Amino acid sequence: MSDTREVLMKVEDLKTYFPVRKGVFKRTVGHVKALDGVDLEIYRGETLGIVGESGCGKTTLGKSVLRLHNPNGGKVFYAFPDGMRNILELKGGELDEARKRLQIVFQDPYSSLNPSFTIFGSFDDPLRKFGVKSKKERQRIVEKLLSDVNLPGDYMMRYPNEFSGGQRQRIGIARALSVNPELIVCDEAVSALDVSIQAQVLKLLRQLQSERNLTYLFITHDLSVVEYVADRIAVMYLGKVVELADTEELFMRTLHPYTQALLSAIPIADISKKRKRIPLQGDVPSPVNPPSGCTFHPRCAFATEKCRELSPQLETFTFEGREHHVRCHYAMDFASRPQGSHQSIQ
Amino acid sequence: MSSKSLQRKMDRLLTLENQGKLRTSTMNRSVRKLSANVLALVGLALFLLILMSSLAAPLISSYEPNAIDLKHRLSPPGEGHLLGTDQIGRDIFTRILYGGRISMFVGLGSAIGAALIGVSLGTYAGYTRGVLDSAVMKLSEIMMSFPQIILVSILVTIAGQSLWNLILIFILTGWPSMYRMTRSQMLSIREQEYIQALQAFGIGSVTISFKHMLPNAIGPIFVNITLSTAMFILQEAALSFLGLGVPLEQATWGNILNVAQDLNILRNAWWVWLPVGVVITLFVMSVNFIGDGLRDAADPTQVG
Repeated sequence: MSDTREVLMKVEDLKTYFPVRKGVFKRTVGHVKALDGVDLEIYRGETLGIVGESGCGKTTLGKSVLRLHNPNGGKVFYAFPDGMRNILELKGGELDEARKRLQIVFQDPYSSLNPSFTIFGSFDDPLRKFGVKSKKERQRIVEKLLSDVNLPGDYMMRYPNEFSGGQRQRIGIARALSVNPELIVCDEAVSALDVSIQAQVLKLLRQLQSERNLTYLFITHDLSVVEYVADRIAVMYLGKVVELADTEELFMRTLHPYTQALLSAIPIADISKKRKRIPLQGDVPSPVNPPSGCTFHPRCAFATEKCRELSPQLETFTFEGREHHVRCHYAMDFASRPQGSHQSIQ
Repeated sequence: MSSKSLQRKMDRLLTLENQGKLRTSTMNRSVRKLSANVLALVGLALFLLILMSSLAAPLISSYEPNAIDLKHRLSPPGEGHLLGTDQIGRDIFTRILYGGRISMFVGLGSAIGAALIGVSLGTYAGYTRGVLDSAVMKLSEIMMSFPQIILVSILVTIAGQSLWNLILIFILTGWPSMYRMTRSQMLSIREQEYIQALQAFGIGSVTISFKHMLPNAIGPIFVNITLSTAMFILQEAALSFLGLGVPLEQATWGNILNVAQDLNILRNAWWVWLPVGVVITLFVMSVNFIGDGLRDAADPTQVG
């Protein structure tokens, strides 16, 4: 990729902790470290995939940059027309400015639309808030938005229970588009849909991206989906980014043992190919009390004494002009070894 | 409806739709659903009948509710007294009519008053959580741990026995349960993704909680209001009996029932207690039918 990429959002050392309260007086006895120092950059017009197993903080990341959660530390810079500003410090009108640029598409199409409101009713308040005064005008806009997601405009007078999951998801996308955002967080946006509908919605997302120059933060646990949509992929483990690279680069040169295990789990529809599965031992450790050193060491086949004591930093390597960030002491050892999880063994 | 006639109906609808003649009703969807619910309509009719005849009592009956006629004590129905007289010769039918005014006022007024406080607090605090929620929660726990009788006695001692004090007491003791129910509804609704979508647009808490969340919780709230109306009417009767409720000389359904404590009256003068019992039952039932109808109408997943 060229160097002309413009940074749209820069996340620095983002931390979101959820307090664990116990006892009669609800004393805070600890914190769930959902995000424990996340660093990443999102470029304008790209799709950044976030993958990881349940509970690794993917969704918390998406909701923290939108301020649906209040992060405890770190910075989220966003490229406003007048320069980079930290979203976490914005208030009032400035925050509304940010909300107009950042939107979200949710996971569950059955809970993302208010059952008591018509489709138009779900769009009404946001549009009014962002300055569309006349009802006629708002109706015209909703009609246009619905046609943008390939639904008839007169559906806006119907109730959510009259739609299928795929239709609802497209309505959810239309709602996110209603304020002309630049960045959309897709929080498991296709995970609840069946495969044929997934393809349809992914295609729609891609088409909207090219039409409107959208940037996606695409959160998913489905590696085959992320391989299809993402330009770059960030792999998260226990509230940290452990590996981040271009999609092609990541699949070709997997440096973190966790990513290797993850990628080896992608099913391939070809029985003649045999792959080495790398099963992970045990469960994800508790984010309340993460392991010392490298948080992955209890499950890592290559862990050494160093891993148990020293927490690795996110280091940047460059292979053939492409950046590859990885959080592992022994990343270079993996890099020199011939590997790649898509490559068949035997 | 048989499947054939249903099919014919659908065919007719389809041709109408194809011709573009099928117009969507401009009536509110909930009103439309309510008016299609026979049981709710029966309840509404019954409710209105009892309400109207109570309000129009002077036109229906020529007696005064408190006019004593010692010559006709405990006379059975007939002889100019439609439902007979009680032990000091007051016309029972008239007393039921006039008593309905007070009873319904106490029941509905207290239920609505309690709902106004409990639901609005519960809606807002249940959505925003935080200090307000825990403070109101503790307050409601304190209120609910007081025996009602003691609260009433205290208030009667301080302010004297009156209708308004009774309503005040009912509201004071009734709002905590409304609050807790609304709050629990809100707690589950606030986790829905459409609420987060509104937050992502920066919509204010009041708009989110009252406009977008409350309609989804309104079903159980209506049912609760109707049930508490019935409960308050019965409580009014109980407190009146203890001499702590509405002053005894004022006719209420509870007061009428409670002069029938005497075993002699219970055995030999059914007209003193049976009609008023039937009226209370019918009224409570009609209110419950309406409540059910409202709940169904407010349920968006039921098509109508």
